[in-house]
Amino acid sequence: MAEKEDGGLVFHPMDQFIVKPLFGDGPVGVLTITNSTLWMALTVLAVIALLVLGTRSRAIVPTRSQSVAELAYGFVYQMVEDITGKDGVKYFPYIMTLFMFILFSNYLGLLPMAFTPTSHIAVTAVLAVAVFLAVTVLGFVKNGASFLSLFWVSSAPLALRPILALIEVISYFVRPVSHSIRLAGNMMAGHAVIKVFAAFAAVVAISPLSILAITAMYGLEMLVAGIQAYVFTILTCVYLKDALHPHH
Amino acid sequence: MEGDIAQMGQFIGAGLASVGMGGAAVGVGNVAGSFLSGALRNPSAAAGQTATLFIGIAFAEALGIFSFLVALLLMFAV
Repeated sequence: MAEKEDGGLVFHPMDQFIVKPLFGDGPVGVLTITNSTLWMALTVLAVIALLVLGTRSRAIVPTRSQSVAELAYGFVYQMVEDITGKDGVKYFPYIMTLFMFILFSNYLGLLPMAFTPTSHIAVTAVLAVAVFLAVTVLGFVKNGASFLSLFWVSSAPLALRPILALIEVISYFVRPVSHSIRLAGNMMAGHAVIKVFAAFAAVVAISPLSILAITAMYGLEMLVAGIQAYVFTILTCVYLKDALHPHH
Repeated sequence: MEGDIAQMGQFIGAGLASVGMGGAAVGVGNVAGSFLSGALRNPSAAAGQTATLFIGIAFAEALGIFSFLVALLLMFAV
């Protein structure tokens, strides 16, 4: 950490991303319960509360929480069916799980004093690499060696195909990197900007302006939190479609 | 002294890396603007293409996020 003795800011904007043990101040090990663990657990509990408890009554005329749960379910189901087709619907539970986890952890992270698990590349990389490995294995299981035709663009002129194949292979292996960094980077950038403005709020001359800016950024972050969950899910669907139908 | 110069290099490098985010801004604006100009010509076909819009924005944005990451690495990890 490049800590300066006085950089002008009251606190460092990146301090909010430090993973701390919840009890005591020992070193963070594999099984240490940290603030990240706490907020991931809260995320899971919130998802369960909405999807299990909210739909418990199975009413014909839904209550508010039931209609939100049905809306989320229908939204993701429609997305999976539109992009991957009928045979991708089998993998809907996994994609729904991903979407709800990321959406709730993004939104819970917007609460004051909260911690955003998805702002850490370690967390999003696990999600993205899991998708990448699952999709790659699935592609080979479903299509056998013809899965490799994903890299052989048969619509291009023959002379260009080896070069295109090289580019396709590189872009295939960059997928988990961009997939994870996109989510973590967006979350981290937004929260850091809010904290920078929050530090300026201590300066009397510009505090009304910076409070206004925090409000505006917070509104933007509400939008970004939803969009990034949507983008992560839709890219998962696109990768899944590539695995199921590799032919261009 | 040498540490100071190294730190100066870090800060200059982080600032230069941030320039890459401008490219992502141009890219995302281009995607959204093209979508809008297409959507206004044929509004009935627009609703079906929002998924494509978001995928395009995500791909354009990823490269800007990479430059942001390079800046962060220079500031905090090197």
